[in-house]
Amino acid sequence: MAIFVNENTKVIVQGLTGGQGKYHGLRNKAYGTQVVGGVTPGKGGTDVEGIPVFNSVAEAVAATGATASFVAVPPKAAPAAILEAAQAGIGFVVCITEGIPAQDEARTFNTLKRDFTKTRLLGPNCPGIISPGKCNIGITAGEIAQPPTAKGPNVGIVSRSGTLTYQALYELKQLGIGVSTCVGIGGDPVPGTSFIDCLAEFEKDPETHAIIMIGEIGGSAEEEAADFIKANVSKPMSAYIAGVTAPAGKKMGHAGAIVSGGKGTAQGKMDALRDAGVKVGLNPTEAGLLMADIVKGLG
Amino acid sequence: MDLFEYQGKQYFARFDIPVSAGGVADTVDQAVKVADSSQYPVVVKAQVQVGGRGKAGGIKLANNADEVRTHAGNILGMDIKGHVVKRVWVEHASDIDEEYYASFTLDRAAKKHLLMLSAQGGVDIEEVAAKDSDAIVKLHVNPVEGLSAAVAKKAAIDAKIPAKAQDGVADILVKLYRCFTEGDCDLAEINPLILKPTGEVHALDAKVSLDANADFRHPEWDEFKATVELDDREKLARDKGLQYIGLDGFVGIIANGAGLAMSTLDVVNQVGGTAANFLDIGGGANADVMASALEVINFDTNVKSIFINIFGGITRGEEVAKGIVEALGRVDLRAPIVIRLDGTNAEEGREILRNAGIPESKLVSKPTMLEAAKAAVEIAKK
Repeated sequence: MAIFVNENTKVIVQGLTGGQGKYHGLRNKAYGTQVVGGVTPGKGGTDVEGIPVFNSVAEAVAATGATASFVAVPPKAAPAAILEAAQAGIGFVVCITEGIPAQDEARTFNTLKRDFTKTRLLGPNCPGIISPGKCNIGITAGEIAQPPTAKGPNVGIVSRSGTLTYQALYELKQLGIGVSTCVGIGGDPVPGTSFIDCLAEFEKDPETHAIIMIGEIGGSAEEEAADFIKANVSKPMSAYIAGVTAPAGKKMGHAGAIVSGGKGTAQGKMDALRDAGVKVGLNPTEAGLLMADIVKGLG
Repeated sequence: MDLFEYQGKQYFARFDIPVSAGGVADTVDQAVKVADSSQYPVVVKAQVQVGGRGKAGGIKLANNADEVRTHAGNILGMDIKGHVVKRVWVEHASDIDEEYYASFTLDRAAKKHLLMLSAQGGVDIEEVAAKDSDAIVKLHVNPVEGLSAAVAKKAAIDAKIPAKAQDGVADILVKLYRCFTEGDCDLAEINPLILKPTGEVHALDAKVSLDANADFRHPEWDEFKATVELDDREKLARDKGLQYIGLDGFVGIIANGAGLAMSTLDVVNQVGGTAANFLDIGGGANADVMASALEVINFDTNVKSIFINIFGGITRGEEVAKGIVEALGRVDLRAPIVIRLDGTNAEEGREILRNAGIPESKLVSKPTMLEAAKAAVEIAKK
């Protein structure tokens, strides 16, 4: 098992003929992901190293039976690309695009919620998702992820930051701990998939025995997750929140990472998570070590 | 990007939100000229991006040219909470019957737009919220549906805006919502929104923050960008296309990825140091980007050590190492580097750094983030 994606997931890449789409799409395929097609309007009928390219998502779905899409197109085109995938019946859309205006993001999210309730969007501005050994959609380097073992214990990872996600994968690999699924939800103000969505799935997933959550300053997603954990998550967790020392009023690299009006501080988020019974590390390594302790206890 | 009041008013005017006639002035003579062409009495207002201007003496009423001369002279150059006033806005003083509050933001938790409206304006809205939360109407607007005139009118009624002002307020709410959405604002706030004796409703102040991600479809923002206040380090970083935020500490920071960069600041702080900056060089850490980053860090004379924190995911360790060696050949650094290179092909990368013949007084390599932070802070404290 894994969450959201598995070895049967068939993926198309929207923007496969572009720089990012080609580079990461081919890497995902080389990892073993079933990358069955690409979409670039006007380039239907061509191929990228053997992967067929279609003019529209609908054509690609009809020809390949794709169930997931990897959106790797520029900010201007990304909202339409996401909605096109939803329209064509794609159930899981991963958008790595950074720099989409917040207004477009809010409209896209609410359009999906109103008209395409069967489509889940991951991102935008996220590293993607990897179920080690099964499926990798996005920009994560597959080789730093330790596949899960049949008897476990295995860890699920959910994170707002790309590099800190890699860091967590790497720390777990060093410790020899398997990962069931690692989800990067992205650093933008309106993420399609929230911490809570992932925590609920990890709680249900029999292959996941413990969960690491990596948050950062800005918004209240971590506080909402803490409330959810208290009521609904029985699996042990460790966490790390980046941005303790970030100055107020500045966007720290990610569009959503900003402390404003005294809200969204790292301290508030850490307190909320501790209160929910999560072991909170003061740096990513500590969160990894706390998880190692948890895993040892699970034997 | 935060706008000055006068820019916010110019932006409001694009969406037909009524504002007072006036103009900006950088000198006392200009202020008098603007005042003479507006109608006396006028208000002279300091243009700084910080609250509490009035209390600090940055907003003054003037009945004639002499008074404008006095007030503008006092306000220009004034220091308001660390912000030096370089420009004033002069406008005809409005007669005020009542003061309200209106704003639109994105509610990230609800993933919808949020209207906040109150009949108690002209004061800090946080204080109003703390004293009497019922005094503020909070209404979510679905971004797909938008804000209708009828819903705006109902909000005005719910906020206990007097009947005579309800239509005027509702009209401005619809216009302000257009400004917020089509104008790509993170925040569009009017405080106070005033009712004049004539019955007109009018924006007396403007607080606007624009979403930098929407820059590509707003060529009219260029004039706002020209007045963004950056320190010299930030200017250099912007010219080099780097994600840089200047801070007050002594350890220069370079990291790949926003999350890791934030985390690096935290770890430096945790071991007793202070960061001089936030700098994210992004995914591909090639020699050009690394050299630019080192140049910006080197420009900051506070920097006593430089902590380069790289985690190679797709970026490979040996490429990063080659980039650093090449960059060191181009930039003559004042402060020594402590590097933590981890992830994909990190060992190959460290090998390249070891064999590059860089003396240990200039470059130290540490295996973990924590050890590297400790070493960088120790050097900075020497």
